[in-house]
Amino acid sequence: MEILVCIKRAPDTSENEIEVNRDGTDIERDDLVYSVNEWDNYAVEEAIQIRDKMGGSVTVVTVGDEDDEEVIRREMAMGADHGILLSDETFKGSDGRGISAILKAEVEKKNYDLILTGAQADDGAGQVGGILAAMLDWPYASLVNFIDVIDDKKIKVGREIAGGNQEMHEIDLPCVLSIQTGINEPRYVGIRGIRKVASLEIPVHTAGDLGIAPESVGESGARTKRLDYFVPELGEGAEILEGSTEEIIDKLLEFLKAKGGIK
Amino acid sequence: MAQQVFAYIIHKEGVADDTALEMIAAARKLDPDASVAAVIAGAGAELDAVCRELVSSFSEVWKIDNEALAYVNAEVLRRMLVRILPKDGIVLVPHEHFGMDLAPGLSIMLDAAYLPDAVDFEGVEDGKLKAVREEYTGQVSTHVHCDISQGAVITVRPGSFKADESKSASGKIVDKTAEAMEGGLPGGARRFLEVVEAEVGDVDITKSDVLVSVGRGIEDEDNLEMIFDLAEAMGADISCSRPIVDAKWLEKSRQVGTSGQTVKPKVYMALGISGAFQHVGGIKGAPFIIAINKNPKAPIFQAADVGIVDDILDFIPELTDRINEMKG
Repeated sequence: MEILVCIKRAPDTSENEIEVNRDGTDIERDDLVYSVNEWDNYAVEEAIQIRDKMGGSVTVVTVGDEDDEEVIRREMAMGADHGILLSDETFKGSDGRGISAILKAEVEKKNYDLILTGAQADDGAGQVGGILAAMLDWPYASLVNFIDVIDDKKIKVGREIAGGNQEMHEIDLPCVLSIQTGINEPRYVGIRGIRKVASLEIPVHTAGDLGIAPESVGESGARTKRLDYFVPELGEGAEILEGSTEEIIDKLLEFLKAKGGIK
Repeated sequence: MAQQVFAYIIHKEGVADDTALEMIAAARKLDPDASVAAVIAGAGAELDAVCRELVSSFSEVWKIDNEALAYVNAEVLRRMLVRILPKDGIVLVPHEHFGMDLAPGLSIMLDAAYLPDAVDFEGVEDGKLKAVREEYTGQVSTHVHCDISQGAVITVRPGSFKADESKSASGKIVDKTAEAMEGGLPGGARRFLEVVEAEVGDVDITKSDVLVSVGRGIEDEDNLEMIFDLAEAMGADISCSRPIVDAKWLEKSRQVGTSGQTVKPKVYMALGISGAFQHVGGIKGAPFIIAINKNPKAPIFQAADVGIVDDILDFIPELTDRINEMKG
């Protein structure tokens, strides 16, 4: 089974407070810790597990620049066989449709059976998998939290729906799936693993290599454009308890008693 | 704005989802003069019941009625919608598990712009819609321009627009089934099999009065011990947010949120939970919410009544000790 996993480098939100920069053009990026987008990491783990069972290879791909090479290497240290960086000046400012068009051009260079993306990333959009599938005219399932490979023609997938329930489908290959967190337990990547792949050459494919018309991607091809970042006007929010820990606990216990929080 | 606005209606057991009336409010914010058409798919009597309910709120209700849609498969429906929707229409879809499955691909097939997870609209100028989105689990917001002049598919976050309950329309039901079925039943490459119901855990958190709910801030599985101790001291049940279930530290039946359980306690204590909308969406019945989080900007403080900015790993053991002392 030939599997392609689309990944993205993203600030690790469990490690960072995200703040808007002074003029609202971006978030404050100086002190951010970056890693592979959490959902994508589950997708790569799932691809590796399928390959180990069925044979074939796992390729990870991202659209970006040299900064993004680190997440390709990380996922190769995890066990992906190949990594590809799609990079071109004309790709900058692409919206979800543009990113998907770039990925589609790469997909069409090889015969992949299965394409995985993370269900969403830091922008919460969750769009690339569904758009890519429609562009390829391949079947698609989103929020996948279970995969069972039936044979080389079809797989069984579970989708996460409301209430902790799961929607089961049989889906023909090739297909595109967006992967939800919790589908597996991504393996740990140690320093030694990273060192092993540190000097590997990551092939870079440009717009020219991919046969992409510059005006179809990037800012010129985008129908959505982020104008600014801002901090939303907040409501009153919570009454923040202040003082020493002891004083805070005093106040909290009063609230808990009054509201029936302590039996 | 001369473009027609459509709202996709999610329904279950003959009743429209709460998002149905929110979509009208969203459409009016987009275009105050919009005549909004509901689009709905399903089968038989259940579908008819929802349609009858919707005509008082929408000027038209476009229905697709087919046995194959008794459980709606987005891969099938998307291809049907392309047969009936005008190319330059504005299609609003709730941003939940079904909408996320349906909408991105629909935009491509209609050659329309795609705007995911909008929480507000701030006007249309020269064919460009100015919308508000959130990024980084609500820590920052963004304004986005979306060129809707050639049509758009927009997913709208549930709960972000106040439902329009005016029931001011006296619309008509338009049966679009024949048009949607022209060329046969599409989308056969993904076949719906069944819904597997969530396993019931040893504690039913939907019935709990007091919940101690733990999130990513607990950092390590071993630290859960302090949550167990606190819950025991308080006489509370334990629930959690998604990362704890993803890490397999607690069972899925304890997860609060749109993809987990909807809880209705009297008191809800969110410990080290950032408060993504998917989590807060699972807390109903206006409980008294206490949030403890070391990040003062965590969105949970917006949902909470009382907040404490501290590391739960330091705070919880002290709180537990004090409760135990108090109880003697």
